[in-house]
Amino acid sequence: MSLTSDEVNRIAFLARLAIDPDKIDAYAKDLSGIMNFIDEMSAVDTEAVPPMAHPLDQAQRLRPDVVTEENQRETFQKIAPKVEAGLYLVPKVLE
Amino acid sequence: MQWETVIGLEIHAQLATKSKIFSGAATLYGAEPNTQACAIDLGLPGVLPVLNQEAVKMAVKFGLAIGATVSPRSVFARKNYFYPDLPKGYQISQFDLPVVSTGETTIVVDGEVKVIGITRAHLEEDAGKSLHEDFEGHTGIDLNRAGTPLLEIVSEPDMRSAKEAVAYMKKVHALVRYLEICDGNMQEGSFRCDANVSIRPKGQEKFGTRAEIKNLNSFRFVEKAINYEVLRQIEILENGGTIVQETRLYDANKDETRSMRSKEEANDYRYFPDPDLLPLEIAADFIESIRTQLPELPDQKKLRFKAQYGLTDYDAEVLTATRELASYFEQVALLSGSDPKLCANWVMGDLAAALNKASLEIEESPVDPQRLAGLIQRIADDTISGKIAKQVFEGLWASLESADAIIYREGLRQITDTGAIEAIIDAIIAENPAQVEGYRSGKDKLFGFFVGQAMKATEGKANPAQLNELLKKKLS
Amino acid sequence: MHDKTIRELSDGLKSKAFSSLELTESFLKRIERLDPSINAFITVTPERALKAAKAADVALEKGAAGPLTGIPIAQKDIFCTEGVRSSCGSKMLDQFISPYNATVVDRLNAAGTVMLGKLNMDEFAMGSSNETSFYGPVKNPWNLETVPGGSSGGSAAAVAARLVPGATGTDTGGSIRQPAAFCGITGIKPTYGLVSRWGMIAFASSLDQAGPMAKTAEDCALLLEAMAGFDPKDSTSLERPKETYSQGLDESIEGLRIGLPQEFFGEGLDPDIHQAIQAAIGEIEKLGATVKAISLPHMHLSGPAYYVVAPAECSSNLARLDGVRYGYRAENPKDLKDLYMRSRGEGFGAEVKRRILIGTYALSAGYYDAYYIKAQKIRRLISDDFKKAFEEVDVIMGPTSPSVAFQFGEKSQDPIAMYLSDIYTIAVNLAGLPGMSVPVGFSKGLPIGMQIIGNYFSEQRLLHVAHRYQGVTDWHQQSPTL
Repeated sequence: MSLTSDEVNRIAFLARLAIDPDKIDAYAKDLSGIMNFIDEMSAVDTEAVPPMAHPLDQAQRLRPDVVTEENQRETFQKIAPKVEAGLYLVPKVLE
Repeated sequence: MQWETVIGLEIHAQLATKSKIFSGAATLYGAEPNTQACAIDLGLPGVLPVLNQEAVKMAVKFGLAIGATVSPRSVFARKNYFYPDLPKGYQISQFDLPVVSTGETTIVVDGEVKVIGITRAHLEEDAGKSLHEDFEGHTGIDLNRAGTPLLEIVSEPDMRSAKEAVAYMKKVHALVRYLEICDGNMQEGSFRCDANVSIRPKGQEKFGTRAEIKNLNSFRFVEKAINYEVLRQIEILENGGTIVQETRLYDANKDETRSMRSKEEANDYRYFPDPDLLPLEIAADFIESIRTQLPELPDQKKLRFKAQYGLTDYDAEVLTATRELASYFEQVALLSGSDPKLCANWVMGDLAAALNKASLEIEESPVDPQRLAGLIQRIADDTISGKIAKQVFEGLWASLESADAIIYREGLRQITDTGAIEAIIDAIIAENPAQVEGYRSGKDKLFGFFVGQAMKATEGKANPAQLNELLKKKLS
Repeated sequence: MHDKTIRELSDGLKSKAFSSLELTESFLKRIERLDPSINAFITVTPERALKAAKAADVALEKGAAGPLTGIPIAQKDIFCTEGVRSSCGSKMLDQFISPYNATVVDRLNAAGTVMLGKLNMDEFAMGSSNETSFYGPVKNPWNLETVPGGSSGGSAAAVAARLVPGATGTDTGGSIRQPAAFCGITGIKPTYGLVSRWGMIAFASSLDQAGPMAKTAEDCALLLEAMAGFDPKDSTSLERPKETYSQGLDESIEGLRIGLPQEFFGEGLDPDIHQAIQAAIGEIEKLGATVKAISLPHMHLSGPAYYVVAPAECSSNLARLDGVRYGYRAENPKDLKDLYMRSRGEGFGAEVKRRILIGTYALSAGYYDAYYIKAQKIRRLISDDFKKAFEEVDVIMGPTSPSVAFQFGEKSQDPIAMYLSDIYTIAVNLAGLPGMSVPVGFSKGLPIGMQIIGNYFSEQRLLHVAHRYQGVTDWHQQSPTL
């Protein structure tokens, strides 16, 4: 399995990661190596094996419908990069 | 070419829980920006979701109400995409194992009953809101709504017109309100839908390419957006073009749909089971206990109204459209002890018209069932005529008085004393010899003249039937 | 004083041989003197520490003290600590002052421990050498030219250098056990779900588990007692009766059945390590245990499965780091896409980016079944191997790592070589089992660790066996000359 530079660019965009164009080839090489390592799995027949998503073979625990949280906007927005009028700001989003 | 429209709806009903689906923050509408966004809703590093059991209960209620399968085991998955109103970079939703699957409901359009399949209903969290007013070239993000529980109700592509789509949406709207799992407030976005619209040549089996119209938050917009979209697609196909599968936005001001390219850039959502949440298991006895708590649903209520009150199909349909309206009608019928059809006419007629004019909901009516019942009793026992009743109703609407008090104060009681009516008729005959002559020589139309004169003399209070009878006798 | 175990320090505090304030000041001085060459700490919090020590002394005075009251510890910087930078070793969170505490932090605070600061680690716990930290690599106190292991390298090095008597770590694929082995200390990764993950910055949610790192098994037991327990804020936290791991450690291990998987002793294992492990098992046999050869036939697939599952989960877990609500934000973004791309591109280091890319790829349309589902199936096979093994044996033993600590730069250019240093540990995370590492010797002056793996919830047994072993050996008492 080997990844092309185009594929790396496509995934990098999906993951919203800016990657230095000079380094794309190096990433492609590293990722291809890792995918080859991973591809060892394909040698095993797992047709009848049920996937295991989680180590705990249990049901989800639920919580009662109770409001437990108070307004902490000031605390939370102290660590925010850009806020105004209680809102988080991002560059203009066009719909 | 004859075209057939195919529509499927994805309805988002905001569940009426006190706290959010995965956090203990409040879900109240209209709070100051970001004051109801806790650490979990903000997606701070290290936080974890814990599912609200009430949201699960509500989903089960809905499942039972549409005769669906409630999955004993369902799974929460992450839908991954970047958007500023989505704090974690993924939405917790359900993908291949939803909590509710394969149900159905019925709609009535133009007197025809039609079954609409409901593919699935799943639990998920809502996103926040982007405020596009300009903050020096920036968009503001309010995450109060982030994490609010939603039930996404996905229909089969079973609707063939905008009218059917609206009827279906209204039906689901009534259902969720009957079940008290959603307040149904469309202005606040508590109930909204995405419409998948495509067209195909009539008779063709294969579906056409669909466009998804996002975020329709009124019945009127659903109808208009679909109608616009259908015409747009017909025009493209008839000009030899092809439909692009895409997400579109309905612009109510321009009454048109337009492409939302921003959402199209990358729609590889990379769903996978959320490792923070184990499978949701719902025990059979829990489902049964909820079944016993279900209220009477619209379809059941409609059947009962027809049987118990002898109402027509149409009247029963209208009166059971919402739980509040049905309850209002039943109280009027009970309190008045009068003919249910008369009660139905008043509730659906004068009262509905007045509410509509004042933009009020039935539960906000200034005339409560008790007072309307009082009015209907007086019609039924001939104390007042139907015409005078309209006048009394205006009094009920404008004051807190009872119908009896208004009738007494205004002296609206109907004159049913034969002697009194005869005396008035005698006077009119004496004063209008020419008309009497004319009527007796065959001008039947003049009868109305005498009725009018008598009503004028009694200020409309003469019992109309009695008056007619006596007039005929005296004039013959 | 710095060589004393937590148990010894606790006794000293109770008998008033010294106060918590004295103890705390003494460790803070040692950190100030030695840490510049080790780089184990990202943040030292002396003011908080002194305040907490004074409070502990009051509690000790009142006789309201538990075994950990007044004991200095340090937290891996993956745990959110209110009012203190919680960086996770990343530029992305360099300015992140957490507004809340992790449950582990709350619990250790409640137990009366005194936090001295936050420990260095591989960025977002992704690494096996501590070379991916934004704050520079941690040096192995046994040889400053070699790595301390990772990702809990700061924790292991701090304990080994006697900068702190105990520390917290987290283990997603070996991140407690491998650095414990490289630095010659004891560390345990508990059963998944035993210690709350609330406030522990997620790497791979279905694999991550926190645990203690200290000089001895007994100290780990004391720390684990405070850390473990049900937490309603983590829906994967298990509701079960609380255990006292430090009780009954001296009892006999007569009849203990040890499984030795052939897959742990094959090609690629350093012969010195092989020998040291055999010697250690010999000692444990002398204590009454028996040995049985077993097989974990799918062991070789744990690496490939892990490098799908962990990156897949991390690609999603790290999506929240977008420069909007907290954390690093690129300067003057020209639009939203630029804000995302550059904040994340500049905020994350190369290894984190590699793993996000792998995970994104494995989950993307058309590859999900071939990679993610396949890896989950392999995960089941590996878990079933362990289930079968534990029908026959009580514990499984083997090396923690195929080599001792390696040189800086030796593997950092080759991701696969780096990944292979965790080949004995990651299967344990995939299955969610408890595992620990104990020092059992040296090779070329560098410590060797032995791994002990148990069935679900057998922490007590693992600590018991390790404690008895440490009762007859002194590897755990050795400390580097600094």
